[in-house]
Order: sequence, then structure tokens, then C-alpha cells
Amino acid sequence: MTRLLVLALIALSGVALAQDLKTLRGDQKIDAVDAAPPVSQVREGARLDRAYRQQPPLIPHAIEKYEIDLKVNQCLRCHDWPDNVRENAPKISETHYVDRAGKRLDQIAATRWFCNQCHVPQTDAKPLVENRFRSAVQSAR
Amino acid sequence: MTPANDDRPRPGLWARLRQSWGVLWRPSARFSLGTLMIAGIATGVIGWGGFNWAMELTNTETFCISCHEMQLNVYREFKGTVHDNNKSGVRATCPDCHVPREWVHKLVRKVEATNELYHTFLVPSIDTREKFEAKRLQLATNVWTAMKRTDSRECRNCHNFDSMDFGQQRSRARNRHLQAQDEGKTCIDCHKGVAHKLPAGAFGAERELEETWGSGRRR
Ligand code: HEC
Ligand code: HEC
Repeated sequence: MTRLLVLALIALSGVALAQDLKTLRGDQKIDAVDAAPPVSQVREGARLDRAYRQQPPLIPHAIEKYEIDLKVNQCLRCHDWPDNVRENAPKISETHYVDRAGKRLDQIAATRWFCNQCHVPQTDAKPLVENRFRSAVQSAR
Repeated sequence: MTPANDDRPRPGLWARLRQSWGVLWRPSARFSLGTLMIAGIATGVIGWGGFNWAMELTNTETFCISCHEMQLNVYREFKGTVHDNNKSGVRATCPDCHVPREWVHKLVRKVEATNELYHTFLVPSIDTREKFEAKRLQLATNVWTAMKRTDSRECRNCHNFDSMDFGQQRSRARNRHLQAQDEGKTCIDCHKGVAHKLPAGAFGAERELEETWGSGRRR
């Protein structure tokens, strides 16, 4: 008898839980098609502020067409000295020409080859959740 | 002309040639001038049309990628680039960028293509990915040099500074395009690697090109 009661309770709680469950897509039928998410554009034109001293600067331009692979890195064509003068682009920081043993090099250190490990562009997408991040400048106030 | 005489030995090759040359220039006794003209014009139109038709057949993407060298290397890389897939839905195919439009230049390019046949069928030089990779800096430099020499003629079939609305461009593109126009630069000076992957050593080759050709247009 007690066993039956326990079983019944478990089954009931299951039903109750199932009613609280919702799919990540909200109250939508399974065969309904999601609305396409808004297309967001890369923010271009103005330099983006750094949020803290050591931050790799954010990229103020689109980069999806620039090839970075084992053979070439197209970022270097504009940002590597001396080409950066012709392109009027900010020169890559000298820290990028020091290998992990501390030796200074004349070409970009292998540890910095994949620029977008650290540098990323920003889009005008709305944040999905509230973000309470405060930049070093803001928190110092 | 030698009259037909069965007693004589058959004329030699040279004599026969001279004879037919003579026939060509003697007025025809059987056909009227009109018939001859119409037949001549018709043959001309068909021959000329057929020639151009055959040339156009070899001027399609399907033809280009019927060779696996093109299909597996350059075409595969071309897929998804801005000339293949973009917001306006206009698409460029291989000959749009690699074969001149003007007839004379087109013919010259088609004759040059015998070299490509040679390297495909007689001494296959890029029939594996490895061989292609080893040679692609040289091949790419050939194309860049040609485009520099012709002031990016094939690009300019579609893209023109005069038709560009700089106001609609992002600031980075606008500034550089205005500057390029003033300095007489040509498209390929900056737009290497728009349609295919860049070879290793591309920037070194670019510097050399700039040194031999100057970065502006040679006029
Ligand atoms: C066509 C030339 C060009 C190429 C290629 C290019 N950039 Fe830039 N980049 C610029 C210019 C010009 C600026 C300055 C923009 C401005 O001031 O508005 C810039 C700015 C930046 C900045 C901001 C620097 C700072 O101090 O704020 C970063 C980071 C950057 N680029 C990274 C990259 C990376 C990573 C790539 C490769 C994926 C790349 N860039 C490719 C021209 C280029
Ligand atoms: C390991 C992370 C990392 C990688 C990879 C990396 N960077 Fe940086 N980069 C940084 C940091 C951190 C800074 C800011 C501090 C500094 O100047 O070193 C920076 C600064 C810069 C600056 C700004 C210099 C200035 O004076 O404003 C440029 C431009 C830049 N990087 C370009 C590049 C390019 C191009 C690549 C790829 C070839 C690259 N970075 C790869 C971390 C990285």
C-alpha cells in the first residue's frame, strides 16, 4: 500500500513538473518555424574603447573576408610595419614580435598568428541577457 | 593554262597547285555572280558564327571546371567568396575575370591557352593538390602581372570608379577608393585574394610586383 502511494506521488509530481517545462523556443508548436533572428551589422567607423588596461583592442571593422591560415595572414598586409604606413592602419604592438622565450623577432611571433583569438569585431546585436560588466574606468569612479 | 591532254604525263604537284589557283581566279562559266555571292556570304556567316560559337563554348564555367585541376582547387576556393555569393545576386564566372571581352584580346588569350592544354595533357604540372600548392605562387603572380599590365581590364568590365557611389561605401572603403583614384592605382593593387586563397609568400611577390611595375598605373 505505501509502495503504491509513493509511486502515485512520483507520477503526480512528474505531471506537475511537465507542466512547468517549456522548450527553449517558448510556447511554440513543434512544427512551427522560428522567426529568423535579426541580422546584426559589424560596428565600423570609430575605434572602440578599451575596458581595461591589458585588453586586446576590439577590431573596428569587418574581418570575415580576411584570410588567416597556415599560409597567409591578411591582417598583416595592413597592420604589419612598414605596410601599416601605406594603409594608414594602427601598427601592431611591439609585444607581438617577442616570442615566448622573450626573444625579439622581425616577424610576427607564432603565438600571435591567429589574431582573432584575442581581437574581435563587435556587432550592434542587443545583449540576450542583462550584462552588469563595468569597465575599469567605470569602476574606478 | 595547260590544256587537258591524255598523251602527256600527269602534271607534278606544283603544276597542279598552279592549275587550281588559276581556276580560282577564272570567271565561273556555270554559276551566276549572284549565286556565288549568296553562297559565299552564307558560308561566311556560318563559318564565322560557328567559330565564335565554338569559342564561346570554351568560355563557360562548366567548361573551365571540366578539368579537375580547376574544379578541385581554384573553383572550390571561389565558392562562397563575394563574386560567387553576395547581397545583389550578381555572379561572376571564371571567364568574366580571366578572359578579355574584346575580340582581339580574347583571341590572343585563347591562343595562349594552348599552354594550359600542354600543362594538363602533355606534362601534367598541377594534377595533384601538392603540385598545385607548390606552383601556385608562380601562377597567381602571372595573373596579377597580367591584371596590372591591362590596368585590371576585366575587373573594370563591371566595376568603375565613375559609377561608384562613394557615399554608400563604409568610410574605410571610401577613403581608400578616393585615394586610389587620385593615385591612379588599379584594382588588383589592393584586391589580391578576393576570389581565391592567397598563396604562401603572396606579400613578398606583391612587393616585387610593385617594384617592377610601380604601384600606380603606367601611362
Ligand atoms: C585593408 C586593411 C586592413 C586589414 C586587412 C585589416 N585591418 Fe585592422 N584596421 C585597419 C584600419 C585602417 C584600422 C583603423 C580604423 C579606424 O581608425 O577607424 C584598423 C583597426 C584595427 C584595430 C584597432 C586597433 C586599435 O588600436 O584600436 C584592430 C585590433 C585591428 N584593426 C585588427 C585587425 C585584424 C585582427 C585583422 C585581420 C583579421 C585586420 N585588422 C585586418 C585596416 C585593416
Ligand atoms: C594572445 C593574444 C593576441 C593575439 C593573438 C594578437 N594580439 Fe594584438 N594585441 C593583444 C593585446 C593584449 C594588445 C594590447 C596590449 C599591447 O599593445 O600589447 C594588442 C594590441 C594590438 C594592436 C594595437 C596596437 C596599438 O598600439 O594600439 C594591434 C593593431 C594589434 N594588436 C593587432 C594584432 C594583429 C594584426 C594580430 C594578428 C597577427 C594580433 N594583434 C594578435 C593581444 C593579441
